[in-house]
Amino acid sequence: MIELLILFVVFFKVGLFTIGGGLAAIPLIQEEVVARGWLTTAEFTNMIGISQSTPGPIGVNVATFVGFSQYGPLGSIVATIGIVAPSIIIIIIISHFLSKFRKNKYVEGIFVGVRPAVTALILVACYIIAKEALVNIPLFEASGNLIDLFDIKAIIMFVVFFLVMNKWKHHPVFYILIAGLIGIFIF
Amino acid sequence: MLLLFITFFKIGLFTFGGGYAMIPLIHFYAVDKFKWLGEEEFIDIIAIAESTPGPIAINSATYIGYKKYGVKGSIAATLGVVLPSLIIIILISAFLMQFKENVWVEYAFLGIRIAVSVLILNAGIRIYRKTDKDWLSYILLLFGLIVVSFDIIPIVLVILIGGIVGIIHALIVKNKGVDEDA
Repeated sequence: MIELLILFVVFFKVGLFTIGGGLAAIPLIQEEVVARGWLTTAEFTNMIGISQSTPGPIGVNVATFVGFSQYGPLGSIVATIGIVAPSIIIIIIISHFLSKFRKNKYVEGIFVGVRPAVTALILVACYIIAKEALVNIPLFEASGNLIDLFDIKAIIMFVVFFLVMNKWKHHPVFYILIAGLIGIFIF
Repeated sequence: MLLLFITFFKIGLFTFGGGYAMIPLIHFYAVDKFKWLGEEEFIDIIAIAESTPGPIAINSATYIGYKKYGVKGSIAATLGVVLPSLIIIILISAFLMQFKENVWVEYAFLGIRIAVSVLILNAGIRIYRKTDKDWLSYILLLFGLIVVSFDIIPIVLVILIGGIVGIIHALIVKNKGVDEDA
């Protein structure tokens, strides 16, 4: 019971501080689940991949996943309610003065400061995830050979995907499926 | 109210790739088809949904539900939009538990993790483009990179500091007058 409450509180906090939509939830969830030892960075990244390929908002999907990994279906439900609850409460409160809220100088001011902060958070999250996907620290530590540190195939694939994904804006699901297929063939 | 629930269930089911993908679909149902909202109000809602915490889809579902049927409506709409992904993810999780040890699944995820790295990098670049390009932003960006990389303070605090600095900035820069028509 107490564990479920912790799960709820963790995702309530994530929901409350996910400002700017979409992937802004990722660094917050990552910090919580990895520090608490709920998941490894690799497991967490897998979940992001699946969450991008299934319907629904990514933050909610990841919450459902993490909840399930800890306490099964009940955990999913608790984590999802947790991440959604702050939005419901806040929207109900501000719906009474909707248009004033949007044009308020201080609300806009908050965004001036939060956007660069969230940019930094996402870049760091990306660094942590990319480090896991592209370099092989255990192998490097075992052999001491610098070449072993870099997973060449993975790095080439990263660069190619970066170029291709920015050139042709297909849906993320498309790229995730392709990446999964390529993974099976090259690793 | 059942119509509200079913409509948002459909929106939840058919939007892959997160919040922004839902906006056209919400527009179709809420404005064009059922006339729950006017065009102006829809644009306002999207703006609000972007500037309040939480996923855009959840925020707009909550608002539309609340406007139609009060608190109960907001819960019905939110439940509708969340339920499809909840069911699908529970099924996938259960399925993946079975195939956890499968070597092909593991290789596929090696590839998927690389694509996810790129997706997140692109998300970072996208938010950076929306950021004001002035000294304040660069200081906050640098501050964020340093404190988070070295795990100095929790992420929540970084966001709070960003918000507070933004408010102070708005207090100082009074001549912008963004709320003159409020």
